[in-house]
Amino acid sequence: MTDENRVQLEAVDVAKRFRRGGRTFPVLERVSLTVRAGEFVTLIGPSGSGKSTLFRIIGGVERPDSGRIRIGGRDTTGERGHISYMPQQPSLFPWLSVRGNIAAALAVAGVGKAEAERQAAEWLERIGLGGVANEYPRVLSGGMQQRVSFLRALLMPRAVMCLDEPFAALDALTRADMQAWLLRMWERERRSVLFVTHSIEEALMLSDRIYVLSASPAVVLREIEVPFARPRRADVWKEPAFTALKSEILELLAGGNARDGV
Amino acid sequence: MENKWRRALPPAAAIVLFAAVWQAVCALFDIDPWTLPSPAQIARTMAGDAPRLMSQMGATLRLTFEGLALGVSVGVVSAVLFHWIPAVRSALSPILVMAQNVPVIALGPLLIVWFGFGLTPKLILLVLVCYFPVAWSMMTGLGQAEPQLREYMAMIGAGRWETLLRLELPASLPYFFSGLKITAAYSISSAIVAEWLGGSEGIGHYLVLKEKGFDTPAVFAAIVCIVAGSLLFYGLAALLERLIIRWRPEPQRRGGGAG
Repeated sequence: MTDENRVQLEAVDVAKRFRRGGRTFPVLERVSLTVRAGEFVTLIGPSGSGKSTLFRIIGGVERPDSGRIRIGGRDTTGERGHISYMPQQPSLFPWLSVRGNIAAALAVAGVGKAEAERQAAEWLERIGLGGVANEYPRVLSGGMQQRVSFLRALLMPRAVMCLDEPFAALDALTRADMQAWLLRMWERERRSVLFVTHSIEEALMLSDRIYVLSASPAVVLREIEVPFARPRRADVWKEPAFTALKSEILELLAGGNARDGV
Repeated sequence: MENKWRRALPPAAAIVLFAAVWQAVCALFDIDPWTLPSPAQIARTMAGDAPRLMSQMGATLRLTFEGLALGVSVGVVSAVLFHWIPAVRSALSPILVMAQNVPVIALGPLLIVWFGFGLTPKLILLVLVCYFPVAWSMMTGLGQAEPQLREYMAMIGAGRWETLLRLELPASLPYFFSGLKITAAYSISSAIVAEWLGGSEGIGHYLVLKEKGFDTPAVFAAIVCIVAGSLLFYGLAALLERLIIRWRPEPQRRGGGAG
């Protein structure tokens, strides 16, 4: 299939610097990456390495100083409305029901009201949250809120899903639970995903490819193909290759930090 | 339910006690009704003049409601404009704050000079009074939407209207209602002032007639009607708030276990 290798998201030589108080701070220094159709790609890098800025540029909320963004084969630099998004905090509207929250996101993406409601109800049922479809988000646990937030991103008819450290605010047990859940969901749906995380294990568990970013100003230090078979086993971390890749990434990140003297 | 009654008991007891002391003072010192009528006398006057009080009250409530509705609408629309166009806000806000400081008692007669004795000057007065608290609290509320929700809306490509309708307006509702409750509570007093300045109907007009006739029990009857009307408007605003803002957790009351 030619679709297999179609590039859904492409960032080409994206650079961005911020000016504050007469000084300029380079944040991104010519970052390039691709996400192919149905591919799970992870960005990993130290805190403050400009991953969020890169996301905002991909989302069209910010313009790069140079470089282009192409989504679905079209130049979308500085244009909004081409991605779906799952932030670190669930960011659900407190005044809408769980189902209403999903339907609202779909409506923003141009899905008709009736169809949006239908899809939201059907999918909530499918992931076992049918019982809370009519509740306000505040009655849900953090993990359940993130499932709703993921579903909202999954159902939006957009070329790429951007997941920005979606599990960083969860406790360790919930986090492990959510990783396994996301893995199952994604392997079933096979959407094009760009994922950001601080956790090397999480990156290796979930991704097809990993971009390791340096500390700010960010450059891509290395692009790593993750060799583990799909569907991925939950104990993939026991494989020797897992440990080897983990230390490779650790060293890269440590080296990137050392360069900055951190 | 039992809790609710228990909460209502202290204020109700205080009011009854107040009326009883009042009644006792009037009887004990044999105070002339022309100076201070007793609660019983006020009640008798109200019962005797009920049809007239009712129809005058009807006129006042209608005027208040119209002024309130108009003032609130103008307030909401301008809050959105101020929110969207900061230049308009910074240009107009000093003028609005100054206008807010012109006493109604000074403005009323001027409006009558300009617009005559009809409904127009009264409505304008009410709109001016009702506008400010709503516009200001609403404007504050529109800017108070959670930053992470704002960021989410931007990232999924929601436009200005979409962000207003789906995020900013719902997020501003608690602010809107705190403004509305203030406005609703004192809108009726402003209507009374408007009627008192000129006109031929309403409780304000009734008040003028009775004061000129030194009919103090009737003046008190009018005051009771005005206070009741004010409570009614406040109560309606509070009820509306409860019906619309349902997503907030029930506030935990002191001593009350059930939420």
